[in-house]
Amino acid sequence: MAATKEEIISGLAEIVNEIAGIPTEDVAEDKSFTDDLDVDSLSMVEVVVAAEERFDVKIPDDDVKGLKTVGDATNYILEHQS
Amino acid sequence: MNATNRTVVVTGIGATTPLGGDSASTWDGLMAGRSGVRPLEQEWAAELPVRIAASIAVEPGEVLPRPLARRLDRSAQFALIAAREAWADAGLTGPAGEVGGTVDPDRLGTVIASGIGGVTTLLDQYDVLLEKGARRVSPHTVPMLMPNSPAANVGLEVGARAGVHTPVSACASGAEAIGYAAEMIRSGRADIVVTGGTEACVHPLPIAAFSNMMAMSKDNENPEGASRPYDTGRSGFVLGEGAGVVVLESAEHAERRGARVYCELVGQGLSADSHHIAQPEPTGRGISAALQNLLDATDIDLSEVVHLNAHATSTPQGDVAEVKALRKVLGDHVDHVAVSATKSMTGHLLGGAGGIETVATVLALHHRTAPPTLNVDELDPEVDADVVRGEPRALPAEGRLTALNNSFGFGGHNVVLAFRTV
Repeated sequence: MAATKEEIISGLAEIVNEIAGIPTEDVAEDKSFTDDLDVDSLSMVEVVVAAEERFDVKIPDDDVKGLKTVGDATNYILEHQS
Repeated sequence: MNATNRTVVVTGIGATTPLGGDSASTWDGLMAGRSGVRPLEQEWAAELPVRIAASIAVEPGEVLPRPLARRLDRSAQFALIAAREAWADAGLTGPAGEVGGTVDPDRLGTVIASGIGGVTTLLDQYDVLLEKGARRVSPHTVPMLMPNSPAANVGLEVGARAGVHTPVSACASGAEAIGYAAEMIRSGRADIVVTGGTEACVHPLPIAAFSNMMAMSKDNENPEGASRPYDTGRSGFVLGEGAGVVVLESAEHAERRGARVYCELVGQGLSADSHHIAQPEPTGRGISAALQNLLDATDIDLSEVVHLNAHATSTPQGDVAEVKALRKVLGDHVDHVAVSATKSMTGHLLGGAGGIETVATVLALHHRTAPPTLNVDELDPEVDADVVRGEPRALPAEGRLTALNNSFGFGGHNVVLAFRTV
């Protein structure tokens, strides 16, 4: 069953907390992975792989560049999850 | 100022070892004659011929925040913990450039070595590749497993820009790093260098490999007695893990910022055996050459040499070759050198050995006390040296003292470091 927007945001918050140590409550739609959440380009790959597994979605490397904010990632997952 | 002949001093020390999570607890363990060797309780150890190791006393996960720890190989975790202690011990907080201008980042370097590098990261990620596929291999794998990772991560932490280096020479790596760091200062390339050695390879593959070289003790029933340098019953080394790091400075730089000085690093002697890839040269020819090179290159007064922290890993051949070399170069003066084999307590940290044994040597001079050697129940008659057995030994309370620290590595690398009270 497809995840809701809220479920995706809270799932991403748990992933970012695990990888970058940012408190889950600080992870919101308008936050930039790089500028606000201490996720550098290498850690972003970890976030993407963890999200792929959790939400049963494929995020090709070329699409990762477009995912600047938590909102970008959430919308991408909403559109592409199977 | 003659930039090629500057005095180098030690102003900070740090360690995380099988005896304790810092240099003070490690020293306490050495003074108490405590063994850090324990049974390996992990499931993977059950079928191995060697099921003992000197594992770290304080897990790095208890000290470092998880997001930082998960992107560092265990060897870099140890190095960072030891470097943080040494940096703070030298009276420095925060990165260079942000500490009130006392340290110029362009004059700061790091030289931290490991014998094997990020081997557990490599092997763990290979397991991930086989079990979960290529997509799941961590993007941090390469920066974690590269042997220069500890030096680079400590360099980032302290803000070093004069140079970040990693000489690799198996079990001589840590000592070679410290010698290289001293040379950076002596030659004028840097004023202050964070330097040492680290190792983290308590893993079934390195243990199986070392064991098949017949280099390791298999005394699984008696962990605390397994590392027994100089004893007639010695049967090989016991693998240890951890890191030892010191802060070296030019004497002028240390004086200018009012730093506390432990001792001088007088110099280093290096040589290569050119004998065999893994066997020690039995007469100690290469070791003699390293020691002679040290004496030729420095103003060391032989009568002041009172202590040696020996390489002495508890192998049948190596321990004797080292003592022969000592006798050959120092002659009768050897009888006045208190020889300590601290690997009897810490196990053998391979590339980390030169790091933690430098910390031990610096503290031996500082406290004017030589650590004991554990488990010498019956001294090998071929060991013609004054081995400190059982209890610590007081060194002369007055006068200038010099102490040596030996490290040798597979490949025939020989390094002798010399320290002197100031």
